[in-house]
Amino acid sequence: MTEQTEDEIRSEVRAWLEANWDSNLGLVEWRLKLADSGWGVPTWPTEWYGKGLSDGLGRMIDEEFGRVGAVTVARTGIRNLAAATILAHGSTMHKEKFLLRILTGEDSWCQLFSEPGSGSDLAGATTRADMKGNKWVVNGQKVWTTSAHHAQYGLLLARTDWDVAKHKGLSYFILDIEQDGVDVQPLRQMNGHASFNQVFFTDAVIEPEFLVSELGDGWKVATTTLMNERRGADGLNKYAKATDQPGRAYVEEAEEIAHQLEPYKWYPQRAGRVDLVIQRARETGKLDDPTVRQEIAKLLTLSKTTQWTAMRARAAQEQGGPPGPEGSLGKLSASNVARKAALVHTMLSGADSMLTGDDSPLEGVIAEILVSTPATSIAGGTDEIQKNIISERVLKLPKETRFDTDRPFREVPRNIVE
Amino acid sequence: MNFNFTEEQQEFRLVLRRFLEDKSPTTEVRRLMETDEGCDPEVWRQVCQDLGLTGVHIPEAYGGQGFGFVELGIVLEEMGRALLCAPYFASTVLAATAILNAGTEEQKVTYLPPIAAGDVIATLAFTEDNGRWDNDGVEMTATASGGGTSGDSYTLNGTKSFVLDGATASQIVVLARKPGSTGDVGLSLFMVAADADGLDCRKLKSMDPTRKLARLEFKNVSAALIGEEGGAAVPFGRTIDQAAVCLANEMVGGADKLRETAVDYTLLRVQFGRAIGSFQAIKHKAADMLLEVESAKSAAYYAAEALDDDAEDWPAVASLAKACASDTYMQTAIVTTQMHGGIGFTWDNDTHLWFKRAKSSEAFLGDSHHHRELMMQRWQD
Repeated sequence: MTEQTEDEIRSEVRAWLEANWDSNLGLVEWRLKLADSGWGVPTWPTEWYGKGLSDGLGRMIDEEFGRVGAVTVARTGIRNLAAATILAHGSTMHKEKFLLRILTGEDSWCQLFSEPGSGSDLAGATTRADMKGNKWVVNGQKVWTTSAHHAQYGLLLARTDWDVAKHKGLSYFILDIEQDGVDVQPLRQMNGHASFNQVFFTDAVIEPEFLVSELGDGWKVATTTLMNERRGADGLNKYAKATDQPGRAYVEEAEEIAHQLEPYKWYPQRAGRVDLVIQRARETGKLDDPTVRQEIAKLLTLSKTTQWTAMRARAAQEQGGPPGPEGSLGKLSASNVARKAALVHTMLSGADSMLTGDDSPLEGVIAEILVSTPATSIAGGTDEIQKNIISERVLKLPKETRFDTDRPFREVPRNIVE
Repeated sequence: MNFNFTEEQQEFRLVLRRFLEDKSPTTEVRRLMETDEGCDPEVWRQVCQDLGLTGVHIPEAYGGQGFGFVELGIVLEEMGRALLCAPYFASTVLAATAILNAGTEEQKVTYLPPIAAGDVIATLAFTEDNGRWDNDGVEMTATASGGGTSGDSYTLNGTKSFVLDGATASQIVVLARKPGSTGDVGLSLFMVAADADGLDCRKLKSMDPTRKLARLEFKNVSAALIGEEGGAAVPFGRTIDQAAVCLANEMVGGADKLRETAVDYTLLRVQFGRAIGSFQAIKHKAADMLLEVESAKSAAYYAAEALDDDAEDWPAVASLAKACASDTYMQTAIVTTQMHGGIGFTWDNDTHLWFKRAKSSEAFLGDSHHHRELMMQRWQD
């Protein structure tokens, strides 16, 4: 894109926002306008609510929205991953039925991938979908399901063929969560919160047209979802922030965000809260301790270089190329930051590190950091899996010797789950 | 802030890489590191004249190319990668930058063009036997022979050590202080000819033979003032911070090369019937190395860019980049040696060439502890 074109697009979006943005519109009403105009998701194709623009121009348009404080399309939760997957692999009917209600925020989604018996080895899923009487019937269990308790739809990875190799027997479905055969239960974590769910399927039903892509294509489609998930894990993906400005659209957006994010209030803590470190060092009188200063400096170095590497990856991506394995570098780096931050916060808090809740410093935030940081190196692909990905895809080292791909999945040893 | 090299910069890097791969293979590094000069005259001539690298960041008014620290960083990264044996860091990075920061217009016009052209090899002598990298460590005295007004000649007494290419440089920029002064006060920079009377040079046995060091003893050596008398603390401090950014870029070049050789070796080496690069114990180390080296590169690139942009906190970033490069280069050298196993500990294997450069670079201009503390001071205030 030339400079001039970028400037033209900028003035076009400015003019449109000036003519159309009104904080007194209803949230859905405003978002319908966004979808209709293409400015809500400018990087999407023109035939599906977008303008077919590059990621770089998309960010520029984001800036313009930020400048006038205009509410954007719904972006929280798993709906982004659902939209990206449907755009890439969904049928026309899927796009017509789901995309608009994703953008308006009327529908919430969840990702039904991980299982008690298959975490890192996602392709070992044993939740089954069987064709019975012209419908898919689903039985099994998923776990670590974000947002399932308020989702309308789920992205389901299920086994449809047990007599072929494991990756080939999976299919990808869109599942209606609000049906009798689906039971959603909260899952309590070591930090006391229950942000995720376990989802049990007992003869849950899917109409045949809600298969995504071809039968047996599930792994390929899931890879699209996961790539987009990792891309979001590079530390640049900001959560939507509510404002307390008056106006119907703002109020409704704030409610949406509060509702969506309530279970994830601890998420900033799992990243280690590097932003609190200097202030805490002052408060605790340890800012002059040379040992502590060294550890703080190491943490700041990790944190800054993580940001800068992500910026480099993003700049490289802007020069062309799909989301690649560099996303994995950011995720691994974020784990190092979180671990180091927990160590530094412990140094700073000393004996107070033994306390929790109101008795812990900053009304419990410090305790929450200390018991939440382990999530960073596990969730969304463990550090060990990230290192496998980096060494195999970036460094081209040989793949692990496997014992599960050369035989029908039925014969592959697997966990016994009660 | 720009997070990408321009096409011209990438092209420039490619040209340098090809040149250095051709002129500085490890057979040449091994040959030159055993010599006193530590540099091939013909290759040096090409570096200076054909490629104009000795003047890359020197303004055109003083005979240079007029580029910034980003381009200088690219040159250093490629030289660090190839372990080029040459007095580049001493002359272009240390001496020329010091003169640029401290010199009067007339001095810049006099001293810089020959350095930019490569006709003169200069160096900067600042550290003493105490091995300190800060102003407090300077004990060498400069006594004005006249009344102390500008233009007078000065006499230097004392010792400088760890002087990079101190035995081959023909001009030496020296940091000294007014007798009786301490700290930042009373510091001045001087130009001394290497063959001046009373100057005695001893080559130090440097562990990294690609980085020649010397100890210089000054007994009543006459010297010409550079810049303002007693005003060297700020321009000298700036020079060292800029040099730290340059060194960080040189170091990440070496670290990246080591990392590549480690991965290449694990693909070749077969044990237990498989390439050792197929074991997770090795693969995970390789992934960690990649992350560490890429992080250090991000810091070094960011620091050069911040310096060229004159970002307010660039000195803090300079220290961050040096600390990060120090730890990363050494760690990468240790892991690369480890991945090679027994052969990695032999003289014949090339790993130790970079290992030793990593070690000398780790300490030169201050180690990671030193720079982390500086970074904290700079960001806190």
